[in-house]
Amino acid sequence: MSSETLLTVKNLEVTFNTPKGKVHAVRGVSFDLGRERLGIVGESGSGKSQTGRAILGLTAANGAITAEKMQFRDVDLANLTPKQWRKVRGARISMIMQDPKYSLNPVMTIGDQIIEAYREHHKVNAKEARLRALEMLEAVKIRDPERVFNAYPHETSGGMGQRVMIAMMLIPDPELIIADEPTSALDVTVQLQVMAILDDLVRDRGMALIFISHDLQLISSFCDRVLVMYQGHVVEELRASELHNAKHPYAKGLLNCLPKMDGDHSDLPTLEREASWAEG
Amino acid sequence: MTTQISTAKPGLKQWLTSDTPQSRWQAKCGRAWLGWIKFSENKLAMVGLSVVVGLILVTIFAPLLAPYDPLAADLTNRIQPPGAEHWFGTDQLGRDILSRLIYGAQYTLLIVGLVAITAAPLGLLVGTAAGFFGGWIDAVLMRITDVFLAFPKLILALAFVSALGPGIENAILAIAITAWPPYARIARAETITVRKEDYIEAARLQGTSNFALIIGHITPMCMSSLVVRVTLDMAGMILIAAGLGFLGLGAQPPMPEWGAMVSDGRQFLLEQWWVATVPGLAIFVVSLGFNLLGDGLRDVLDPRGGD
Amino acid sequence: MIEISKLNAWFDDNHVLKDVDISVPANGSFGLVGESGSGKSTVLRTVTGLVDDWEGTITVKGKKLGPKRDKDFYRLAQMVFQDPFGSLHPRHTIDRILTEPVNIHGLGNSDARVVEALTQVGLDNAFRFRYPHQLSGGQRQRVAIARALILEPKILLLDEPTSALDVSIQAEVLNLLGRLRRDLGLTYIMVSHDLAVVAHMCDDIAIMNHGRIVERATAEQLAEGTLEHPYSQQLYKAAGGYDRAVVDTFVDWD
Repeated sequence: MSSETLLTVKNLEVTFNTPKGKVHAVRGVSFDLGRERLGIVGESGSGKSQTGRAILGLTAANGAITAEKMQFRDVDLANLTPKQWRKVRGARISMIMQDPKYSLNPVMTIGDQIIEAYREHHKVNAKEARLRALEMLEAVKIRDPERVFNAYPHETSGGMGQRVMIAMMLIPDPELIIADEPTSALDVTVQLQVMAILDDLVRDRGMALIFISHDLQLISSFCDRVLVMYQGHVVEELRASELHNAKHPYAKGLLNCLPKMDGDHSDLPTLEREASWAEG
Repeated sequence: MTTQISTAKPGLKQWLTSDTPQSRWQAKCGRAWLGWIKFSENKLAMVGLSVVVGLILVTIFAPLLAPYDPLAADLTNRIQPPGAEHWFGTDQLGRDILSRLIYGAQYTLLIVGLVAITAAPLGLLVGTAAGFFGGWIDAVLMRITDVFLAFPKLILALAFVSALGPGIENAILAIAITAWPPYARIARAETITVRKEDYIEAARLQGTSNFALIIGHITPMCMSSLVVRVTLDMAGMILIAAGLGFLGLGAQPPMPEWGAMVSDGRQFLLEQWWVATVPGLAIFVVSLGFNLLGDGLRDVLDPRGGD
Repeated sequence: MIEISKLNAWFDDNHVLKDVDISVPANGSFGLVGESGSGKSTVLRTVTGLVDDWEGTITVKGKKLGPKRDKDFYRLAQMVFQDPFGSLHPRHTIDRILTEPVNIHGLGNSDARVVEALTQVGLDNAFRFRYPHQLSGGQRQRVAIARALILEPKILLLDEPTSALDVSIQAEVLNLLGRLRRDLGLTYIMVSHDLAVVAHMCDDIAIMNHGRIVERATAEQLAEGTLEHPYSQQLYKAAGGYDRAVVDTFVDWD
């Protein structure tokens, strides 16, 4: 793990204007990211997805992002024009989303989509782009790349669709990947297989990874460091290996309320939510 | 909560926006209130609503509003231009156009109202039955619907009126017969989407009969699309009625139906433009009003989006 | 209480259940685990009569089930669905959702029954006249359980009841289900993709793959990790979190 800091986020706030009033999705989140794997874990409403989206400027139109600092290497993410964003998204920072059913274009073949992703950032001819796309499909362990290249997203299974998504997002060779619940829609064994592909690619290419999930076990076994979020705040930050030593009652509670394979059949400990946790 | 300026009494507002309704009625009212707030934020929709409400009020208060008797002919006063005595002038029989316009509103409302009340439930019934049961019921019902849909509305209405004879009742019947097929299609499409949902299966597993499922569970989910479509269609219905009236097949003289009025004024269009143009403008305004209202309703009624 | 023997089912031409045998004693809790396409949910749906094309024997409380289900069956067995967002009618108040079954079966006393059902699942009266979209996922699932209980069934068929819920809410709902089984003497068949949930909630477990039961185990066996079939072992390992070396041992079961 390098000590070089790739991403600095300081006091990130994301607020949405809704008919029912202001919703503070992210409240004062700060962290540094090196060439490592950072996991952000939380339940629904914790703000973890919105944090990921804010880094890429993908917050919805009715949302406002403010941050003291949001710096990716030499780029100030807080103040980019749309044109500047196009140079960052995909090429330098990429995002893998949850469900390929919704994130892949249903009316384009997979090959066309990957080529489009590639040619957006690399000036090559069609033949070269096709070769690169097929290479990428092989890199994500798709056994029959030619067939998948010509197929449409609805003709592939969930696991394969997610591998395609990874291929598409990694082909421009970004420096940072933000993965937002990339395996939540998949079966357990497929989940781990897709994680392994991500694992290999991230390691081989020396990328940094922000992994957003609700699955504490998955994050703790895959990532180097973990941020635990609750209602927009980061309530705990620690090394993945130290997760069992978590101090904040929410983080501890979250760990304890998971059913265990070898547990007895008595009631699971439940979270008693304190109002103070929401204050950060 | 919202910052809407409300003239509702504080107690009533409290009751409507309560987080914990005490009865189904209160819950329904509360939901309607929220829908109203959302609707009223749309300026154009409010314009549409005002036009429609205006139409209703004019119809109710016609005797009070109309300065003259709409049927009173005064041949010494033929085709007078708009002026102080007759704000919209007079027609070829010397009748006050403004009064005829005001009394004519009721025919517009009658047509639109009766057609909606007959065509919509019919379409709903056919569509939900077809979508729910599928199979040969679906095939038969949809082929019947297709037959009606194959004809352009005005042509079909013309055909029916010619067969039934001229007159406003027959015009209404004819328009209703041409109006129901799209509603059947909409209801069927919604039903097919909805019948696979877990809440339908859950209801089935509690012993709910097919009839109760269609009426109580599936129909409410079709209502939003249907209401929007019917409201938007009203503009078209007015135009068809006006068209029939224009051809002399709808309301018969001396009824001051707007389409018939336009037809009467045809011959004077170049020199005495007001005789045809004024009722024409009224048709335009009311059609636009219904259109805007329908658009506004569509924005508010969305079963999938929740409230 | 429930005996399923040589159950086979088809969706069009797909043979989705192959010779499934399950036996659940009264007040027992049986878990069906598998990945998507394993047929686990189909077993439940066949029992409730939502599947048309099936063969085999299904006996519930001594009575053999035919192609259709009647009102008596619905008072004996009820189902809780996976998606709390989809299993409650968006246009009906909670009160209506709970009252309707009472009226259909002519049980009377609907007011008292609704209040009791809500109390049983830990919801207070404030929720009674709300609409589903005004409730959280966990609250909706509680309503779904209340709806299942209001007919006083003896059997609950639970189709991934907590898969769509946050982990902390899952714990509450699982505790609720456990308590209800004890207090009301219910019999459960629970379907899940999560081995840990099933290990926690069930006495006996069957692991399914492509329509077939590949292994049976008791909760104790699961706790010790002594599974024999390679597919079960793979599932067991996958439940332990991410381990690169372990993933390499995974095989695609087709």
